[in-house]
Amino acid sequence: MTETLVLRTNEGIDPQLHIWGWDVAGYLFLGGLVAGLLFFIGLHMRRSGARRALPTSVRWGAVAAPLLLGAGMFLLFLDLDLKLHVWRFYTAFRWTSPMSWGSWILLLVFPLMLVQVLLIAPESIRSLLVRAAPASWAASMAERGWNVVASLSILTGVALGIYTGILLGASVARPLWSSAALGPLFLASGISGAAALLALLERDHAARAWFTRADVWALGAELALIGAFFVGHATSTRCHIEAIQLFLGGAYTAPFWGLVVVVGVAAPLLLEWLELRGRVVVSAAVPVLVLVGGLALRYVIVAAGQAAGVGGDAPLNTFF
Amino acid sequence: MRYAMVIDTVRCVGCNACVVACKTENDTPEGFARDWLRYVVTGTFPDLSREIYSERCNHCDNPPSVHNCPTGASQIVEGGLVVVDRSKCTGCKACVASCPYNARYVHPDGHVDKCTFCIHRVRKGLDPACVESCPTEAMTFGDVDDPDSEVSRLIRSRKVHVNNPASGCDPQVYYLT
Repeated sequence: MTETLVLRTNEGIDPQLHIWGWDVAGYLFLGGLVAGLLFFIGLHMRRSGARRALPTSVRWGAVAAPLLLGAGMFLLFLDLDLKLHVWRFYTAFRWTSPMSWGSWILLLVFPLMLVQVLLIAPESIRSLLVRAAPASWAASMAERGWNVVASLSILTGVALGIYTGILLGASVARPLWSSAALGPLFLASGISGAAALLALLERDHAARAWFTRADVWALGAELALIGAFFVGHATSTRCHIEAIQLFLGGAYTAPFWGLVVVVGVAAPLLLEWLELRGRVVVSAAVPVLVLVGGLALRYVIVAAGQAAGVGGDAPLNTFF
Repeated sequence: MRYAMVIDTVRCVGCNACVVACKTENDTPEGFARDWLRYVVTGTFPDLSREIYSERCNHCDNPPSVHNCPTGASQIVEGGLVVVDRSKCTGCKACVASCPYNARYVHPDGHVDKCTFCIHRVRKGLDPACVESCPTEAMTFGDVDDPDSEVSRLIRSRKVHVNNPASGCDPQVYYLT
């Protein structure tokens, strides 16, 4: 038997790492949601063709996206311990740092989202904005590049969604996060959340059914990626196997399987599938379940990831 | 030149002089420590053995904390020392999450703090405070690239290991057993 005693009591580090909390989880959730919105906005822009006929929810989604991303970036700002140094993110580009990539990607996504607002926002908002001469000029320029804006929207949506997972996955010191499945999982969750949000906003029955169908596919993909996440850990190194035990009888078992898998994925997937087959009429509560599940996924992964280390630094008074 | 530290776990008696010297030299805030002791007891009574490890930042050759820093605040300077430039640090904690040794913490002033191998002393040709204060001379500091240095001689002549080699970070604190 081995007993390890560490005489260190650094706040936020001991007895267990806890440096990122609800604000980072909230940012990852909102970032994923915006990624999904960009994906669907781009997809519908491409599908709309020359008629420019877009579902109302997509038009409102274009308005919501920059606001949601702004809220996410504010949460990230709240997490900084030296807030006055925030400008330092934009005086350097560190290609080895996912956070550096992310800070620049977030900055570059905003102009695209503003162009989308000028192009496809509901007329009540668009008419207010294009009244100004520069905005009117930008809108007419963007109109010519409709398909380019649409394609860029899909590409940046996918990149942003995967990035939110890579941000955590790049940390080799935290084996629970160190998984190739985390980026695609967060992307699938973001697309699912956006589909749920758009279904919630949509009043047209056919368009709502389209988003429900899209959500069923995204939730199915999310379930498969959760499986891949588990298989990847269970067949990896000892520290990965130990890390995944946090969800298999460990401290985060109940929130993960209860909130994330059952409430956030399995139940909505079943109800939406039954709705598409005409068996049940799904209420607005189902998209809300999807959104709650998306937020819970980020929170549980962020919290549990900090509870698992790679060894060589045993927590206080550990027997093993 | 590559600075490294060699710590003899046979000589170490766990007196905490290195911890106290570091806190005094670097004025670390109350409740925080840049170095610490880890006691490892193995075996079954009455056949027990204990090793004491004086631990700190390993100033890795391949430091994920530096790779993950988005602003360049975490950086490698002369002799391979890993330091934090407070003026560039945003307190985002990406480096804290990346360090497999949990050797970093957020200073109450907001920036990330860690062992620097007392770089301000090393630049004057002095040993780090922990090495200087060790009453059993269990700690040795020097240039591991120089085959004639004391650290190189110790690494060659004794059984040596590093903490958590599987991390792939190439840590530069060596333990003699």
